[in-house]
Amino acid sequence: MHRLRPSYLATAALSGALFGAGLYVSQMVDPTKVLRFLDFTAIPTGDWDPSLAFVIVPAILVMFVAVKYGRKRAAPLFDIEFHEPEYHNIDRRLIIGAALFGVGWGMSGLCPGPAISLVAFLPNELWIFLVTLFIGSYAGSAIVPSGHAKRLANAQ
Amino acid sequence: MDAFSPLSATLGGLLIGLASAVLWLGNGRLAGISGIFGQLLPPAQTIVWRLVFLVSLIAATFLAARLWPGLGVGGDRPAALMAAPDGWSIPTPVWIAIAGLLTGIGTKIGNGCTSGHGVCGLARLSRRSVVAVLVFFGVAIVTVTVTGIV
Repeated sequence: MHRLRPSYLATAALSGALFGAGLYVSQMVDPTKVLRFLDFTAIPTGDWDPSLAFVIVPAILVMFVAVKYGRKRAAPLFDIEFHEPEYHNIDRRLIIGAALFGVGWGMSGLCPGPAISLVAFLPNELWIFLVTLFIGSYAGSAIVPSGHAKRLANAQ
Repeated sequence: MDAFSPLSATLGGLLIGLASAVLWLGNGRLAGISGIFGQLLPPAQTIVWRLVFLVSLIAATFLAARLWPGLGVGGDRPAALMAAPDGWSIPTPVWIAIAGLLTGIGTKIGNGCTSGHGVCGLARLSRRSVVAVLVFFGVAIVTVTVTGIV
């Protein structure tokens, strides 16, 4: 099973480490920092913090180059194929899901990455967010039972 | 405006992009955290690498905070979670639980979060991700405005 090979798991570990370091260095682990970006009412007063844009744009650019390079290759280094989403329709689920996430993100300043990296600091009540994140994720699967396979079938 | 930190933000963004590039070119997997976290239980067949990724992510955050204590949160600057807005009379644990549930359900049925759609999806020029990003940023901005949480 190639997914248990040391090279495969070391790649996952390296990626996770770079991701965690990036979240800390960019200060995106700080919910207040994230919310100061999302607070557009602060733009007129000059208190708006555009840092989040300075995080996501370079991240997208690096990944864009990697995706371009990957397209020239048949497979990644340690797996037999690139696992790219095969569903391309813009449907109600995508919009509703993104909207629900937007409410949760705006309420807390936490998206899943920073929420998990905050385990390093264990702020009060973080466990509540992580447990409900997990429950919500599984409730989502229950609402849409055979999600992936079904959507693929519909896409034919 | 002492909060704006373009240099550390850019450096952190480059690291996050590199993390996504490593996982994609190495293992052919998209570094979408909601997906990695949300598939930790069976019937997912690929739990081990997800666990390795997440444990490593937490460990690196912990180490980075010790190597560069002044940069982010941690140390004498705890990363506190947001309390419910003043005057809403909602206990903070309930507020956090609602946010967690919405984030969990939303990222599951919308197939991604800030990393999966925001970084990887936009980099792949996915139309679905462009729509998702516009919707969740827009709704989050409205939510912050309505709640006045910061």
